[in-house]
Amino acid sequence: MADLDTFRRETRAWLEANCPPEMRRPMTSEEDTFWGGRNAKFSSEPQRIWFERMRDKGWTVPHWPKEYGGGGLDGEEAKIVRQEMAAIGARAPITSFGISMLGPALLKYGTDEQKREHLPKITAGLIRWCQGYSEPNAGSDLASLQTRAESDGDDYVINGQKIWTSYANYADWIFCLVRTDPTAKKHDGISFILFDMTSKGVSTKPILLISGRSPFCETFFDNVRVPKANVLGTVNRGWDVAKYLLQHERAMISGMGERGGSRPLGQVAADSIGSDGQGRLDDALLRADIATFDVDEAALAAAAERMVDLAKAGQGHPAFSSAMKYYGTELNKRRHELLMSAGGINALEWESDRSGEGARPRAWLRTKANSIEGGTSEVMLGIVAKRILDLPGA
Amino acid sequence: MPLLLTEEQSMLRDSARGLISDHASVSHLRQLRDTRDDTGFSRQLWATFAEMGFAGLLVPEEHGGSGLGAVEAGVIMEEIGRTLMPSPFLATAVLSASALARAGSAGQKSEYLPKIASGALLSALALDEGAKHRPLHTALQAVRSGNGFRLSGAKAMVVDGHVADLLLVVARSAGTPGERDGLTLFLVDPKAKGVAIERTIMVDAHNAARIRFDDVEVTADHVLGEVDGGAAVLSSVLDLGRGAVASEMVGLSEEVFGRTVAYLKERKQFGKAIGEFQALQHRAAHLYIEIEITRAAVLKALQAIDADPAKAAAAVAVAKARAGTTATLAVQEGVQMHGGMGMTDQFDIGFFMKRARVCEELLGDANYHAAQLAQLRGY
Ligand SMILES: Cc1cc2nc3c(=O)[nH]c(=O)nc-3n(C[C@H](O)[C@H](O)[C@H](O)COP(=O)(O)OP(=O)(O)OC[C@H]3O[C@@H](n4cnc5c(N)ncnc54)[C@H](O)[C@@H]3O)c2cc1C
Repeated sequence: MADLDTFRRETRAWLEANCPPEMRRPMTSEEDTFWGGRNAKFSSEPQRIWFERMRDKGWTVPHWPKEYGGGGLDGEEAKIVRQEMAAIGARAPITSFGISMLGPALLKYGTDEQKREHLPKITAGLIRWCQGYSEPNAGSDLASLQTRAESDGDDYVINGQKIWTSYANYADWIFCLVRTDPTAKKHDGISFILFDMTSKGVSTKPILLISGRSPFCETFFDNVRVPKANVLGTVNRGWDVAKYLLQHERAMISGMGERGGSRPLGQVAADSIGSDGQGRLDDALLRADIATFDVDEAALAAAAERMVDLAKAGQGHPAFSSAMKYYGTELNKRRHELLMSAGGINALEWESDRSGEGARPRAWLRTKANSIEGGTSEVMLGIVAKRILDLPGA
Repeated sequence: MPLLLTEEQSMLRDSARGLISDHASVSHLRQLRDTRDDTGFSRQLWATFAEMGFAGLLVPEEHGGSGLGAVEAGVIMEEIGRTLMPSPFLATAVLSASALARAGSAGQKSEYLPKIASGALLSALALDEGAKHRPLHTALQAVRSGNGFRLSGAKAMVVDGHVADLLLVVARSAGTPGERDGLTLFLVDPKAKGVAIERTIMVDAHNAARIRFDDVEVTADHVLGEVDGGAAVLSSVLDLGRGAVASEMVGLSEEVFGRTVAYLKERKQFGKAIGEFQALQHRAAHLYIEIEITRAAVLKALQAIDADPAKAAAAVAVAKARAGTTATLAVQEGVQMHGGMGMTDQFDIGFFMKRARVCEELLGDANYHAAQLAQLRGY
């Protein structure tokens, strides 16, 4: 314990000295997020400084092994880093599918060579990854995917189409599910493969979203040659890797229900609507909704903490991330509905300086995807019913 | 009175539906948005609306209109909701026409109402000032000067404010914000000195403006109704507007729902139509029930307005509150059940989600109206 106290003190002091004040303010636009990659640009000097200092300390991913550029911290220590960052409102130095999704799968299923090749580039923010799972006819029913990889000497030749590939147009590499055995049962003929997006035959086409932004793409593969050595895990057993990665994706998405560095809803509402004489929000029903939301948000934060602790104690249920994904995303949608309601007509402006280019309505619309991406809410409830509750036929 | 449309009302609905679906499907709104159209709606279509008698629906017959009521206005608004057609119907034909018909002097009526009915004059109601709809919180000042007034203050989200030929401005001529007494309605020329109009691009691609009034001079002739006694007229006009917006939300909800049910039948996952999953069936059934209940509540309110506007407040509060929650649910379920497709701009569903959010704020959200109901019932 004493050691952890010391660690906390040192962490606090280090963050205090190294996190620029600008990186402790709530994010207001997409540009505030740093994604890394070959073509990455920093939107500001403080963003660059903050990222580089965290990278040099190994704290872009504090709990990964040092040899891959992580911090080598144990679970308790990593939690302290998270808590101390939250306490000063520090932004994540980098946001990356490599860290939150592919990394854990590489650590578990990768060969030594694969780990040495890819993990350090993830922690250092050198390669930006995208996720090639969904296809036009394989969304919720992901295992029915049809993109095929045919064996040709030391390579696979990949043909097919992916859809909803977030940021495919900015990504350097893709982790991709392909069918390597078309004759097997649908879950048994899939492999998990990694390749460079600049490979010949890869093309992308952005899809515009209702938020007026375009984070995702259609991605096409036309005779793309990929070395067989790029398969992660066992050939035709890619579904295991895919599921393991999805647990991490879901845990990450559920974290969006937590407020992070933004202002409490009640304060946002009070600024917009005003208070009665006693300091209560001048809209009793909205106040009640926000209070109920705050209760649920605090409880979710506790559950997220407990999920980590249970996992560490070896008592976690692998499907519990689905429960958290469901709750966290529904909560985040509620949060943004309440933000819109609190903002009233001022939150309806789409293009104006006053509204920061419609940041609030765009963010509100974006959250509607939270209960779709990474597996829909309906599918999450189905997983809880089947895998945790063991209900028949579910 | 049966909670059904009469034969005439059904015929009105059919002719509105025919016109709107032929000329103003959602792609019409999409095109106006994509071309950043200056007017924000089709003037040509509005002329056709006038020819068919829709612009003068609420204008008394002696002033060239059809002298119809709230139910008929609701019928048109519901059709507008189905395709999200942007039009001056709410601002001009519903809010302004009824305000002029109810409170206008003989001179004002004969000057403006025939022009509204013919489609020649567009008019907007400048009411809300803060983030939320709070009519009695009006602070825009009307200070007496000579035989007239000077207006100073600002209005937000004035629907059609940037195209209006006439502004109906709610101002405070006495009392303090929050009080019922002391409100006065003024007819203001948007080109008058001191009026500054800024069109705002809203999330739903419909028209709204922010308007500032800087010592704008008006004469006694510009007062609509009684000085300091505007609240009574205003509340009956607003109730009519609320019934109309609630109707638009019913149309919108039903359209999203119809599209969603069609998708449930067509999209296949796990080797079957997703509509075969009970998880979705129950929610679709639930949504259907919510919409049907809301439809009844809205029709009830519209009939109550036609029967006696002074006694319709509770029914209107129920209707607008329900319509808001139902439309919010309908668009959320619509997007969710369309999966990733629902999130794309290319699909129309998002337009309904955006419009529903604006309709929710227009003339009071669900919370506002639930609170009104509580107050009317004495708790
Ligand atoms: C913003 C965003 C980003 C994304 N990013 C990526 C990405 O980077 N990479 C990637 O590969 N994919 C990505 N996706 C795709 C995402 O994983 C899929 O959209 C999702 O799995 C749902 O598939 P679908 O869109 O085909 O919907 P469908 O599967 O067609 O579902 C339609 C509706 O049916 C319901 N449904 C389906 N099956 C059942 C069932 N058995 N029981 C009950 N209800 C059911 C769904 O819940 C949904 O409501 C992204 C999606 C979004 C919206």
